[in-house]
Amino acid sequence: MTFAHYACGSYEHGANRRRFLRQSLSGIAAGGAIAGGLGSLAFGAAAEQLKSQDMRVVVFNMHGGLSQLESWDPKPGTKTGGPCRSIATSVPGVHISDLLPYTAKQMHHLCLMRGVNTAEDDHGKGAYMMLTGRRQSGAADYPQIGAVAARMLNDENRGLPGHIVVTPNGGGGKGNEAAYLGPKYASISLGGSKPPPNTTKPDAITDESETRRHELRRHINQEFLSRRRTAITDAYTHSYEQALRLMERKDVFDISKEPVRDQDRYGKHDFGRQCLMARRLLENGVSFVQVTHSNYDTHNENFIFHIEQLGEFDQPFATLIADLADRGLLEKTLVVVLSEFGRTPNINLYYGRDHWSKAWSVVMAGGKLARGAVFGKTNDEGTEVVDGQVDHGALFHTYLRAVGVDSSQSIAVDGRELPIADPAAAPIWKVLT
Amino acid sequence: MDITKTHIAYQWKYDRPLIACRMAPNGLQVASSSEDSMIQLWTVPSGEKKMLTGHESWVHALCYSSDSRQLVTGGCDGKIIWWSVQDESPSILRKIDAHAGWIRGVAISPDNLTVASVGNDRIVRLWSMSTGEMIYELAGHERHIYSALFHPGGNQLVTGDLHGKIHIWNLYDRKLERTIDATPLYAENKGQGAEFGGVRAMALNVERNELLAGGTHKATNPFGAVHEPLVLRLNWSDGVLKKSHACDGIAGGLVWRVQWLMDGTAVGVSGGSTGGILLFFNDTQEKEIHRFKLPTLARDMDIHLESNMVATAHYDNHLRISGMFAKV
Repeated sequence: MTFAHYACGSYEHGANRRRFLRQSLSGIAAGGAIAGGLGSLAFGAAAEQLKSQDMRVVVFNMHGGLSQLESWDPKPGTKTGGPCRSIATSVPGVHISDLLPYTAKQMHHLCLMRGVNTAEDDHGKGAYMMLTGRRQSGAADYPQIGAVAARMLNDENRGLPGHIVVTPNGGGGKGNEAAYLGPKYASISLGGSKPPPNTTKPDAITDESETRRHELRRHINQEFLSRRRTAITDAYTHSYEQALRLMERKDVFDISKEPVRDQDRYGKHDFGRQCLMARRLLENGVSFVQVTHSNYDTHNENFIFHIEQLGEFDQPFATLIADLADRGLLEKTLVVVLSEFGRTPNINLYYGRDHWSKAWSVVMAGGKLARGAVFGKTNDEGTEVVDGQVDHGALFHTYLRAVGVDSSQSIAVDGRELPIADPAAAPIWKVLT
Repeated sequence: MDITKTHIAYQWKYDRPLIACRMAPNGLQVASSSEDSMIQLWTVPSGEKKMLTGHESWVHALCYSSDSRQLVTGGCDGKIIWWSVQDESPSILRKIDAHAGWIRGVAISPDNLTVASVGNDRIVRLWSMSTGEMIYELAGHERHIYSALFHPGGNQLVTGDLHGKIHIWNLYDRKLERTIDATPLYAENKGQGAEFGGVRAMALNVERNELLAGGTHKATNPFGAVHEPLVLRLNWSDGVLKKSHACDGIAGGLVWRVQWLMDGTAVGVSGGSTGGILLFFNDTQEKEIHRFKLPTLARDMDIHLESNMVATAHYDNHLRISGMFAKV
């Protein structure tokens, strides 16, 4: 799902490096290498109505495992609190870490989930659970939230991909993130705030020859598809056409077209530019954007690294929330800040915190979610959830409900009805309006 | 003094892991800070303990006045506190808002008139020791500042930062005089998106024309505490690197403090996954001439030169005082 440089030497590093090497627009065109059928999708008019509602999702993946104690659920003055303190927010009585002063001023838009217990301390498995809403198993693979959002929300008439993943170096994405939805809904990966690679036609190719090439390709495709049409061949065709549309609309990925003042407000560093890119993509109707902020796997020197990382995260994130609200987009945009897990309340001997999935936090905002809300509670030292416990399955249902998707529905694939969210879980109705 | 006979003379336990420590110049008291944001005052050699309450966060920076009567502390709460520490009931003399964010180092000038403080806000500030009023500030560091010391002559201040830059400030004209390169102590890990290391410790010996800068190198995995201790021996006058004191077999080590002994031996304390180690160096070789393994991971040290005693602050809640001589 994303690139990884874990402190604990996880397998994810190697696996995602291979994925990174697969990334490029040409890789998209070759997306048929990913297995999975594109079955009949049984939503019809309801699906079209949903798409017309123009809902979107932006996910911030705090890669490596953000510490809940240095962010959304601080415990200052306790044995586990560490040196960071808490500050008041725009919602009376709600305090978050002093490392998030700008975000604190946007708390009235946010919905803090402080009772997350996913019981999985492995990076790869935790990430899978948080992005698919299911526990990983050898028996089945499930689509990530980005692929589901692209399938359910994206209006293809806009000519833009529905699933975009922004990482610092363009790695990540792909894999089998679309699972049974098929490669059509896999992500396009952007490196930093740069547009997709290879979207500029080489000078040596004239417009006329370019047109003729594609006419020839379409003609041959049509001949072939008339006899051997499959989900894979559809995906190939879609990839080429999507690449062409991307070339036509590559200005959507050019943040230099944003006002200079906005570029300053978001910050000149990578993450600031990525947040501005996210805003630009969302405003242009891209249904799902995932921005990775890396890295939080702070087994060593947890506090100084969180000062650094959240110091970079805070202002651009808060600016994006404020902008979405000011422009009326927050009503139509679900914002999620997640990790693969949280970090241990115990402070280790290197001033670090290790992996901790029993009691941590996720933040959401927008769509049909309650504003300025806190759901769930941990004990005084943050070691356990004492109220409002939720897990990845419930969160996944809630993401979908927040953008108007009935998470109890199924998708028919090759004659099988596959629930889009884990039927054993349910939405967190108390945070939905 | 015989560093090869170093031994633990006293150890006193507190309730929480310790962070930093300093010995009073008179050798009769040690101040330590702990993960509950408290300061402990330990009487030497009885181990009697008094508590100082005033900071709202952890304290990494402590410094005694030369007469041992005052202790100045800088906290992660951005505050500096002056404490009267030789009274029956120690008390706060003054408390000021000094920096935005963590204070990483405080130093008192040789004439006891000025306090210098540095921290994450990248600003060097100088304060009146007697009133707590800011005298002036110095800007020029681009990253967090970790360490500060006064030149014994009092006319220069030396500050070291995360990027391995050591700035020498002229305090007469209040300007940056020059910069010494200690970048071997800095690592950027692009894969982890992390900057790590920096000048965690410094010690100046004007007679030897040498500046020691301590920290870490080989930081291949900063988030996983994979790095090794390193002390740079630099020419004070021109900043030329004379020796890199690296130590074998101390994976996970980081030099939290360096100091000079009377005979010109350099001492560093390393803490990390290999525990706490006192490392002794001279100018004839890059490897240490002696190492003393402490019982557990240490996070700071302070040497009392006249008595050849060294205090160390430990993760296992203990303050330990070791003698650098044969047991009597």
